[in-house]
Amino acid sequence: MSQTDAEKKRKFRSAKRMREIMTEYYIEAKTADQTGKKVAWITSGGPVEPLIVMDVIPVYPENYGAMIGASHMGGDLCAKAEALGYSTDLCSYARADIACALENGGPIGGLPKPDMLICCNNICGTVMKWYEVQARLFNVPLFIFDTPFCHVDFADEARRYVRAQIDEYISFLEGVCKKKFDFDRSMEVGRLSLKGQQLWQEVLDAAAHRPSPMTAFDAFFFLALIVTLRGTDKVVNFYTELLEEMKERVSQGISAVENERYRLLWDNLPVWYRLKWLSDTFASHGACLVADTYTTAWCGSMKYIDENDFIDSMAEAYTRIYLNIGVDEMAKTIFEMIDKYEVDGLVMHSNRSCKPYSFGQYDLMRMVQEKKGIPCMMLESHMVDERSFSESQALTRIDAFMEVIRKRGPGAGTAR
Amino acid sequence: MDILNEFIEVAADPGAYARRIRASGRSVIGYYCSYAPEEIIHAAGLHPIRLFGTGGDSGIADRHLQAYCCSLVRGALAESLTGRLDYLDGTVFPHTCDSIQRLSDIWRLNTSHGFFADVVLPVKLTGENARKYLIDVLQRFKRDLESYFDLVITEESMRSSIRTFNTIRSYLSEIYELKSRNPGIISGQELFSIVRTSMVMDRDVLRDKLQTLLQELRESVPGREGRGRRLMLVGNACNHPDIYELIERSGGQVVWDDLCTGTRWFSGAIREEGDPIAAIADRLFERQVCPSKHKSPTARGELLASQARKHGVEGVIFLYLKFCDPHSFDYPYLKECFKDMGIPSMLLEIEDSLPPEGQILTRIETFTQMLGPKTGAVHAETSQTGREG
Repeated sequence: MSQTDAEKKRKFRSAKRMREIMTEYYIEAKTADQTGKKVAWITSGGPVEPLIVMDVIPVYPENYGAMIGASHMGGDLCAKAEALGYSTDLCSYARADIACALENGGPIGGLPKPDMLICCNNICGTVMKWYEVQARLFNVPLFIFDTPFCHVDFADEARRYVRAQIDEYISFLEGVCKKKFDFDRSMEVGRLSLKGQQLWQEVLDAAAHRPSPMTAFDAFFFLALIVTLRGTDKVVNFYTELLEEMKERVSQGISAVENERYRLLWDNLPVWYRLKWLSDTFASHGACLVADTYTTAWCGSMKYIDENDFIDSMAEAYTRIYLNIGVDEMAKTIFEMIDKYEVDGLVMHSNRSCKPYSFGQYDLMRMVQEKKGIPCMMLESHMVDERSFSESQALTRIDAFMEVIRKRGPGAGTAR
Repeated sequence: MDILNEFIEVAADPGAYARRIRASGRSVIGYYCSYAPEEIIHAAGLHPIRLFGTGGDSGIADRHLQAYCCSLVRGALAESLTGRLDYLDGTVFPHTCDSIQRLSDIWRLNTSHGFFADVVLPVKLTGENARKYLIDVLQRFKRDLESYFDLVITEESMRSSIRTFNTIRSYLSEIYELKSRNPGIISGQELFSIVRTSMVMDRDVLRDKLQTLLQELRESVPGREGRGRRLMLVGNACNHPDIYELIERSGGQVVWDDLCTGTRWFSGAIREEGDPIAAIADRLFERQVCPSKHKSPTARGELLASQARKHGVEGVIFLYLKFCDPHSFDYPYLKECFKDMGIPSMLLEIEDSLPPEGQILTRIETFTQMLGPKTGAVHAETSQTGREG
């Protein structure tokens, strides 16, 4: 069956460029032992900029987890981890990555071995346990960047503690890399990082247009660069092009979903092995998932960054990210997004792999219903373990949810 | 021993005891974590009490927490929402795992027990920066208590509380040591009740009662069965006194543990000189580490191996609450550590209630029967969830 012109038009031309950049990046990382560069494994919310300054190649097991999920290899790998004794209730990124590390399985023949591990617990406590496992396996230095949880605020003592750890982190890197940290270069990397985040926010903002030129599923795809190459000009150049494409789509009236009637907000990580299925299922109801709380997390704490004092302001920016704040603080972000993107309903992914993201969702749901009066639904899965997902159950829920939305009518919006 | 009965009585209904304390005019502050700074609460003249999240249906927690949340967190929320914690004047949430972290949010937004504090401890328990931060956090907690309850915690009352807690901890350690040397002097279930009551009872009364009990134990001659295989329990909070009896009926006996309601809670002494807050912080830094905290990638394995060696442990039972991430991540590694020492282990994953007695007896019996002679033991593992090693 040949694609219609409209379908072709809806494809992003930037997708090809993005794949090229990611391929180059992984080739560089996988050949690091030949180029003499060091490789650090780092958590997705971790402070990567100092690594860029030190010419260390950052590698993200979580980004790799997403690849594993998207290529439907998660179930097998998770089962291998379970055979080693890892509970099926643990994070499926962690299980899949632990299994891969032991046997070089998974996409692209496994990740390059780390020279060091950088674990920032601003996203969860799971990463600390996961990185301890890898530290024992690879027997390489582990740096824990401890970002105290901000239930209601960012306490002064927490600020001092995190700031002090930036110095600890820099000396750790100087020790492992056996060279001095270049503070002048860190200014430049900081500027590029902030610029990348600003551009990413602008890309996501494009979805506020009706009809939306992109869906959250596109955002899940394009997210990889701001996660992996933050602080480089590659990110800035690529998102500049992507933003250009968004603007073109808006001016040409290209919508991501044909005949967009309803606009939805997604909460939590994606279900990586059912991206297309979920996208098509919602699109069949004329619904576009215009935004999500997940991809926004990589530009959500820009307000704390001081371009002229990146290293100092990093402490706050990396501590006050979306997952490291209280449920009521998260609700504020969700309310803002509901208004900004003129959303008709909220789809919550109850993610068995991510307890800090998922516990509290029932309370968030009630807050959204009370304050914004829009329908909410919940889907349950393990984000990269496809054995945990029931398509028929999800379909029934989506159909019922869309029926409620349909009865309210498009653009019924929120009870403001 | 009459005194033992008192411990068993309090352990059976901590709420009833707490209500009596409150009726006597003292405010009661509860917490679910072994890292709670009990000494500071005590020094304020308030009554610190460990909560256990048990004692009733936790269905009401479904409104706030998914089914894949552990039974401790669900039970905790349920006991608050159903009014079973009506004796509390405040709650404290030390930062530990992801689930407790969110429980604290849900608690703050949906319950009202008076005073509320998050004590956002460092996760990393190494290095001078983390230590300084921990001291700051404890100082903030002290100020919060002082301002909410409108009181002043003097340095002298801090010192006095530290001495009390040090004494209590040293008594508990000695009771554990006595039991390890001579397991017949006291049953596992009795020891469970002693520890549980020690988390609940008025600490000054407790100190004296423990002293009396210890005196009696020192002089006691083992009368009851004490010939079971020497086992160690490793896990989170244990709310199941029955497990000890089941183990004893299955040919084993618990001679040591690494539990949140066991040695992890009472290990380590506080320095009695110098700044009291810094001294409390140093003990939290140095005590037996919880898997939700980081000391080093191998700290727990090394510690548990040395304890198993010291206490002549022949087999290990991992007693885990289902959905406990920090413990589940450590399991494959710890299992290997014990295996390398020739110590077999088994995993019992439980929820709020134990599996049927017949099932659990069969599993533990199979395990104790598989423990070979002390040297050259084969690694044997049975697992409820089918995780075979």
